Amino acid sequence: MKTVIINYGAGNIQSIKFALQRLGVEAVLSNDVEEIRKADKVIFPGVGEASSAMKKLRESELDNIIPTLTQPVLGICLGMQLMCKSSEEGNTQGLGIFNTEVVRFSSTVKVPQIGWNTIQNLEGSLFEGIRENEYMYLVHSYYAKKSNEMIAESEYDIKYASALQKDNFYGVQFHPEKSSKAGSKILENFLKL
Amino acid sequence: MLTKRIIPCLDIKNGRTVKGVNFVNLRDAGDPVELAKIYADEGADELVFLDISATEERRKTLQKLVLDVASQVDIPFTVGGGISSTEDVDRLLQAGADKVSINSAAVKRPELINELASKFGNQCIVVAIDAKQIEGEWIVHLVGGKVPTEIKLFDWAREVAERGAGEILFTSMDNDGTKDGFANEALSKLSEIVNIPIIASGGAGNMQHFTDTFVDGKADAALAASVFHFKEIGIPELKHNLKNNGINVRI
Repeated sequence: MKTVIINYGAGNIQSIKFALQRLGVEAVLSNDVEEIRKADKVIFPGVGEASSAMKKLRESELDNIIPTLTQPVLGICLGMQLMCKSSEEGNTQGLGIFNTEVVRFSSTVKVPQIGWNTIQNLEGSLFEGIRENEYMYLVHSYYAKKSNEMIAESEYDIKYASALQKDNFYGVQFHPEKSSKAGSKILENFLKL
Repeated sequence: MLTKRIIPCLDIKNGRTVKGVNFVNLRDAGDPVELAKIYADEGADELVFLDISATEERRKTLQKLVLDVASQVDIPFTVGGGISSTEDVDRLLQAGADKVSINSAAVKRPELINELASKFGNQCIVVAIDAKQIEGEWIVHLVGGKVPTEIKLFDWAREVAERGAGEILFTSMDNDGTKDGFANEALSKLSEIVNIPIIASGGAGNMQHFTDTFVDGKADAALAASVFHFKEIGIPELKHNLKNNGINVRI
């Protein structure tokens, strides 16, 4: 099995690579279209600002490729946000895989949300063996609005989608690679899809 | 619901935990990775590594340490100490650090905060502020609290938040080492004037101090070193104590 982490210069890729290593999987970092297409599993990470990350995707033409992938794809944090229709951050048009919008938390709460929050209403095999209200580590100022593609929900300011799924595309707002044993289990579940 | 965070802080010198850490069950008490793994297993929510070495090789040693921690520890960690440029930050994040903390370099050149926030995102930029009271006024200090500046704590906190800090790590030099509790009045004021998370540091002596800093100090996270290193407070018992006091924590 070949797992590729899309390397487009946005984010903490090392942590994901190490988390997969702890599961015995040696992932390949790549921005090569053919290599990504041929992979059995694709991880789409991202940390930082939406519009500049999107710009980097366009520069490597990955914006056209990612939505056409047919193997399981997991977007993490900003990766998930970029898979949505749009983001309020930098007025960014997303990849449009998930039919929802990304907007900023209101100033009634501290922004960014940093720390461990619970995930609820878990659906599907990505969360197999994960208990309701399990804690996940999150760091973000923008969130995906709830939609019918939601497979996990969290609450901060309001209730929002902390995981989404459409067909072979999965997205998680939290960092499974930094979320202790439960996070590792979610990565393991993804690798088994 | 978002939980309050408990953060052990490890002082690092030349890639090793600074003497004084007393863990009998450790094969090597000086190995930061071993210690980090134990804290992660015990339920620490994050870790902070503060590098206090002053050698020529410090950058390389720290980078290797960050790689080792990132490969073996599955909770987030922050690295601080002597970070003064975007290159420093880039190197540490590439090695797997989740956040970096900057202190003196930000006071000397505040634009650094803007530069780091726009390049790496504000979520990974922690600004550490050391302050103590001089004639009733909280004043920012440098060099581990030894050198006073002209800057007032609350003005500086507002400025760093506006410049793009993702979090503030506030250490009260008046409380640090006293074991008399955190500087909750100043902490609560910080939470009122800025809308980013505040990490309380300095003064932890018993479990009640943690409840107090989350309730009275409105802190989002609490950092401590010696009470954890010397096993005066165990993280599992602390978290149960907090939960019994109605504080939302990850257990």
